[in-house]
Amino acid sequence: MSEAGSAPSNVKPPLWVNAEITFRCPLHCLFCYNPVDYAHSGPELTTDEWVTALRQARELGAIQLGISGGEPLMRDDTEIIVAEAHKLGYFTTLLTSGIGLTEKRIAAFREGGLDAIQLSFQDSTRELNDFLSSTRTFELKSKVAALIKQYDYPMVLNVVLHRLNIDHVDKILDMAEAMGAEQVELANTQYYSWALVNRDQLMPSLEQLQRAEQITNAFRARVGNKMKIYFVVPDYYATRPKACMNGWGSVFLNIAADGMALPCHEARMLPGLTFPNVKDHDVRWIWHESPGFNAYRGDSWMKEPCRTCPEKTKDFGGCRCQAFMLTGDATNADPVCDLSPNHHLIAEQVAKAQQPIEPANVHPIVFRDDKNSRRLGAKSGVPVPAGAAVDS
Amino acid sequence: MSESNLSLDSVISLQRQYRFQYEEAQQSYVLLYPEGLIKLHGSAGEILKRVDGKTTVEGIVSDLQQNFPGVELRQDVIEFLEDAYVRGWIRTK
Repeated sequence: MSEAGSAPSNVKPPLWVNAEITFRCPLHCLFCYNPVDYAHSGPELTTDEWVTALRQARELGAIQLGISGGEPLMRDDTEIIVAEAHKLGYFTTLLTSGIGLTEKRIAAFREGGLDAIQLSFQDSTRELNDFLSSTRTFELKSKVAALIKQYDYPMVLNVVLHRLNIDHVDKILDMAEAMGAEQVELANTQYYSWALVNRDQLMPSLEQLQRAEQITNAFRARVGNKMKIYFVVPDYYATRPKACMNGWGSVFLNIAADGMALPCHEARMLPGLTFPNVKDHDVRWIWHESPGFNAYRGDSWMKEPCRTCPEKTKDFGGCRCQAFMLTGDATNADPVCDLSPNHHLIAEQVAKAQQPIEPANVHPIVFRDDKNSRRLGAKSGVPVPAGAAVDS
Repeated sequence: MSESNLSLDSVISLQRQYRFQYEEAQQSYVLLYPEGLIKLHGSAGEILKRVDGKTTVEGIVSDLQQNFPGVELRQDVIEFLEDAYVRGWIRTK
């Protein structure tokens, strides 16, 4: 099954595996990073297929396993996957909205050796408003938080921040404190998949960001060591790109719900690349030999300014997917970098975000659901943000 | 050890979100936690291997001295454990 690709001989094993065990989800978040055309993806892997893939990845040297989705609790075999992964020696983290987390299930996770739970406070605008105004939603989340603590897991909360909720960061932090969270990640959404479709609605202004940061810092000073708080700023506000995934096919292996193996959640939308499926290929071949995983390793694929840039070993030219989505060419520099000739695409969007949203000027919100996914996936399959300079 | 967090008779254990194990592929001990892993070089692995929630700091130093005779390790071990405490890897019972 080997092909004529040449894998660099110094390719280290993956350390992280992200298992998106299902794309099913009870929520409809407008910033979801699942593929926009998830409704067109193939059937879910069976339990055995997951365990086989995880075993192969572990044999390669993978250590950290994130079990996510969609909502991983939508599957009935999540406990089995966790237990098998634990036996294999993985450090396992369940990334969940908490919906469906009963005492029975969490007891089974504990028994099976689950190491950590990350509770996502996933909200659509509808949910946050409900949450902020409705005691019932707060009670539900509090019940889940109580279960998590009862079963001796640290309470780790991941809150996606965006333009529509960032002004409520004080209430969000108060809620985290009330739930007894020991760690809170305030993650400003990045603009991929559904979040790219909804980018106009999601991107905060600089003023909003700075205000939120001030509030967060004041909160930090008050709570001290009781809570660790991370505040992640959107990369559009930087002048250098992130070292995406720590490099293409470097430390991270994503396995999607239908078995497609990817170097990141988003890569499946890159044209001209084929990504292998764990049903058809051994993970060792996938990681070391497959053309998809080798496509952007090393630096011979780089164009200028990255090719001769002294910082290329630091950020690898940024994100291939972002380069493709915004400039039409995955080998370009990530336009977040202000050395990129396409940086104006970012600057224009940033400028737009400083203005109040005029409904006439922005893409209406598209909530993540099967209907929208079928509709959006039926077109090119690549979400193009309104106003992007992409020629096809 | 007047300004330290640990005394010689402190019983120490790993903080609950950390896991310690040997990784064949890394050829080293590692400390695992939700966000990632810390590769433990040299003596770090040998020291943390002995953090079991039952042994005191003194107990760990003594055991190491028995296993590595002729090496002046007391100060280094104590400093390492102090540092591990500050980083949040270990806690006292």
